[in-house]
Amino acid sequence: MTLQHGAIDCDIHPTVPSVRDLLPHLEPYWREHILRRGLERDNFDISAYPSGSPLTSRPDWRGAGGLAATNLASIQAQLLDPFRPSAAICNVLHGAQMMMSEDLSLALCRGINNWLIAEFLDRDPRLRASITVPIHSAELAAEEVERLAGDQRFVQVLLLAMAEVPLGRRQMWPLYRVAEKYGLPIGIHAGSSFRHPPSAGGWGSLYLEDYVSFAQGFAGALNSLLAEGVFQKFPDLKVVLIESGVTWMPASMWRIDKTWRGVRSEVPWLAQLPTEIIRDRVRMTLQPFDAPPDVAAVTRVLEQLGSDDMLLFSTDYPHWQFDGMDALPAGLPPALIQKILFDNPRATYPRLAALHPVGETTS
Amino acid sequence: MAKHVVARASEIPPGHRKIVSVRGREIGIFNLGGEFFALFNRCPHQGAALCTGEIVSRLESTIPGDYRLSRPGEMLRCPWHCWEFDIRTGQSWCESNSVHARTFPVTTEPLAAETVDVTIAERYVVVTL
Repeated sequence: MTLQHGAIDCDIHPTVPSVRDLLPHLEPYWREHILRRGLERDNFDISAYPSGSPLTSRPDWRGAGGLAATNLASIQAQLLDPFRPSAAICNVLHGAQMMMSEDLSLALCRGINNWLIAEFLDRDPRLRASITVPIHSAELAAEEVERLAGDQRFVQVLLLAMAEVPLGRRQMWPLYRVAEKYGLPIGIHAGSSFRHPPSAGGWGSLYLEDYVSFAQGFAGALNSLLAEGVFQKFPDLKVVLIESGVTWMPASMWRIDKTWRGVRSEVPWLAQLPTEIIRDRVRMTLQPFDAPPDVAAVTRVLEQLGSDDMLLFSTDYPHWQFDGMDALPAGLPPALIQKILFDNPRATYPRLAALHPVGETTS
Repeated sequence: MAKHVVARASEIPPGHRKIVSVRGREIGIFNLGGEFFALFNRCPHQGAALCTGEIVSRLESTIPGDYRLSRPGEMLRCPWHCWEFDIRTGQSWCESNSVHARTFPVTTEPLAAETVDVTIAERYVVVTL
């Protein structure tokens, strides 16, 4: 289904072409550090989205070197001009987020954020971005958020679903504190830093296992945030699950509500059904929408989600989730489409609240 | 509604309970600090013998790290699925709007026997249903 113009695209992926391209955007110390170690010869491709995997990019969007979305011209030609979103949020996925050296991780994440500003945000007013942070160091991540929070084009902080520790743990709280302070939702993207297997049962052999198991990672991250009391500790914090697949959520909601009834006393801060907290505070980007392509099945999933506020439009460009211009899954009711395309993103991201969809006058 | 004498009050000291049978129905009688309460011995969730569950307190917190124990010994935890119920009201803690354990009025009364020269001074627990 083709979407209306002016939508807010909550998940697109510019690709860092190579670490060499980041060098001008690094602090001198770290530029020298990287060159001395020869790290510029490695692009820190992440295992969750290997550049050669068919899912990582639609074939018609790949450039000459096989990578997609490495420059503004491609993103304009393939996404911004044909789909005509009023805004699109750039989420960069890169090994910089998960390096063992927390200082190097921060230095490279800073370079990526500077690269985003110079190459994308400064050159097209439709683009917004999530702040790329070292996901294993909440303290350094908070520092980077503080550095960039004054730039209103950064609308979110980006984490991965699976990292060294479950995302609700207290060592992560300094990051949540600063995100809440600046009205920045925590975006949790599919993927893992592979400190642990993506499947809790151990290491799989094939990409298929890893990719499908990412949904378990989301359930684990969300359960941790709920159980550890993050939503009570940070009452204004919102969480966006990015590229999660969506349809795992209803079953997970039922399981956590059911179990909570019996073990409520160990999580006394959860004084209401966990599902009510999820519906209030957790949002999910639309693509990929892992449901059968029939209206009845989609309708059932939406009923089970139990809220019209949860879904945020995304193309997941350039990942291969749909062909042509069919960015909206079949079976979504028109009133819900309006909410998904405009209203829900504006309500989720305070820094996008002032955006007006096409045809709506500013007041 | 008829009154049924079910126990001597002294049989159920504070913090204790007794499960009695009245007209074929099992009812748990609880003594909370000298006040008596009666609950149907059947969990509204799936029918377990609710009144045989552990007598617990309420654990409360608004945010992690801030812990309070309240209502000591005034909650009943179902032996099957650990749903907690308020012994005073039968209200469930996890589904307080929709799930209630059935309660019965309970009083303690002195009972006098019909003979003129003998009275039974001890108090008896009386349940009404």
